[in-house]
Amino acid sequence: MESDEGDEQQQEAERLPLSQRPEWSDVTPIPQDDGPNPVVPIAYKPEFSETMSYFRAVYYSNERSSRSFQLTKEAICLNPGNYTVWHFRRQIIETLHADLQDELAFVGRIAKSNSKNYQLWHHRRWVAEKLGTGAVNKELQFTKKMLSLDAKNYHAWSHRQWVLQALGGWEDELDYCQMLLGEDIFNNSAWNQRYFVVTRSPLLGGLIAMRDSEVNFTIEAILGNPENESPWRYLRGLYKDDTESWINDPRMSSVCLKVLSTKSNYVFALSTLLDLICHGFWPSEEFREAINALNTPDSGPLDSDLGRAICRVLECVDPLRCNYWLWRKSKLPLTVSSQ
Amino acid sequence: MPHLATTYAAVNALISLGGEKSLPSINRSKVYTFLKCMKDPSGAFRMHDAGEIDVRACYTAISVASILNILDDELLQNVGNYILSCQTYEGGIAGEPGSEAHGGYTFCGLAAMILINEADRLDLDALIGWVVFRQGVEGGFQGRTNKLVDGCYSFWQGGVFALLRRFHSIIGESPTPVDQRGAECSIDNTQTTTASDVSEGDGSSDEISSQGDEHCHFQHREREPLFHSIALQRYLLLCSQDPRGGLRDKLRKPRDYYHTCYCLSGLSICQHSWLKDEDSSPLPRAVLGPYSNVLEPVHPVFNIVLDRYHEAHEFFSRS
Repeated sequence: MESDEGDEQQQEAERLPLSQRPEWSDVTPIPQDDGPNPVVPIAYKPEFSETMSYFRAVYYSNERSSRSFQLTKEAICLNPGNYTVWHFRRQIIETLHADLQDELAFVGRIAKSNSKNYQLWHHRRWVAEKLGTGAVNKELQFTKKMLSLDAKNYHAWSHRQWVLQALGGWEDELDYCQMLLGEDIFNNSAWNQRYFVVTRSPLLGGLIAMRDSEVNFTIEAILGNPENESPWRYLRGLYKDDTESWINDPRMSSVCLKVLSTKSNYVFALSTLLDLICHGFWPSEEFREAINALNTPDSGPLDSDLGRAICRVLECVDPLRCNYWLWRKSKLPLTVSSQ
Repeated sequence: MPHLATTYAAVNALISLGGEKSLPSINRSKVYTFLKCMKDPSGAFRMHDAGEIDVRACYTAISVASILNILDDELLQNVGNYILSCQTYEGGIAGEPGSEAHGGYTFCGLAAMILINEADRLDLDALIGWVVFRQGVEGGFQGRTNKLVDGCYSFWQGGVFALLRRFHSIIGESPTPVDQRGAECSIDNTQTTTASDVSEGDGSSDEISSQGDEHCHFQHREREPLFHSIALQRYLLLCSQDPRGGLRDKLRKPRDYYHTCYCLSGLSICQHSWLKDEDSSPLPRAVLGPYSNVLEPVHPVFNIVLDRYHEAHEFFSRS
């Protein structure tokens, strides 16, 4: 039923026009109707126009046959963004009960050169859903392969998350995140996936149960690269919806202090400290000292209110966000001590 | 088959053309039927028949419905819940629940929430705290944490500030009392153009005080956007422009219409970001380069030239 596997690349060089293929001789191709006054008409290659004209013929007559099926493959290769063709292909698959493993293989072959194509990934999801839990390993393998080519491919990550939630396979996911972070601690997609696993895996105890070890792991990552935004946000995320526990965890302010003491790459440390203060954390004197010690170019004495002092430092050391820090300062609660 | 992206683009294109032929040519009742068909039980929308569901679909559907004045309770039901579930621990919004916070989807999510009047349900402090850090040292915006900047995010990310400025009181609310300290990083060397950048200007804005005391400085800064508008403009003018015309992601990338559109919209947002009212002309100091660089202001929700938006809004509220 299906033509040769892996013939997608060959098609261009050896292609026989549809008008010359005996199996298509009974079909009248339908040209594209651009209306009476086409504006900016696309200069299609003859091969493209012909393929789509035959597609229109079988599409409008709703012919769900094996020749239509083959034709959709050709049309997809010519324009993988044509969602109408993909949709019709799915309808044909259902009618003919086409082999779904073959279909996964087809998608797999064109995935590398179409890795950011919405239609391809949606199609893959549709096929995998039909296959059910049996497809888990293959889908995890596939997304792993795609992510090895581009560790931040948004579609690949979405698909992987869908697979985990719909079909399962959570067992090795935390390890997988760990591995990716080992390769690149700055990979925010991997941090996001870690959050996904930690909060949603049915095999782990849930966020609260995981929190302690996650905090320790994250702090280590922060201390290794304090300029890395990802673990700072992840750390905050571990205490989402639990501000009380967040401000009361001594490790929060302690990591800020540690980074501040190095006097380098401390923007996120300051920002985190500011957030802690805004949510009710009472900083001890050592924080005041650490900030004084930064010796940021400044005109005038540091504010007696630590929140304001932090904002002032940030206005200077993070000038791109100067107005943001000014705005944050303006939203700080008034304190009795500010002169 | 119809598709929400093409529907959104076509409606916006027709409205941008404007006039007595374009606007009436839109068959609103058929568009409504299509939108109803795209509605998913979860509250979200599909991009096409049996197509993918994500925050983009929610935005394009709600945007079209809103501007054509066909947005009803059935269409907007539960959309807010879906978008809310897409706000991530980072503060930005993802394409689907669980995915990574992303500039394009953040714009779509926020704009849609504003249109259905549920923006308050989002954690806006977290959202702002995320977007503001998406501006890179190059001046442009990145789409996600620890990724490269790209000209198109000038609109998707930059536009978030315009949305909140215009449609939400979270920024520019009356702040707590006046800043009383000594001189801070002054307006002049962080945000504004230098004398050589501006060839002319009226300089007669009634916001500029001749006194220069702290209170007036503060009032100034209140007018300025939370992101670094001049740095973004610099990126757009120096890095995103293709010398042969058109705009692009970044240097050494090819130009295309998508980037041309969103880079220009981003530039317009920057130029008009100093003021709160839509009707006044941009301040000269808000514009990098000669004042002739000024673009038409765009509506930050729909990304349509404001004048055209008003024309369409009036036309469709009549029918």
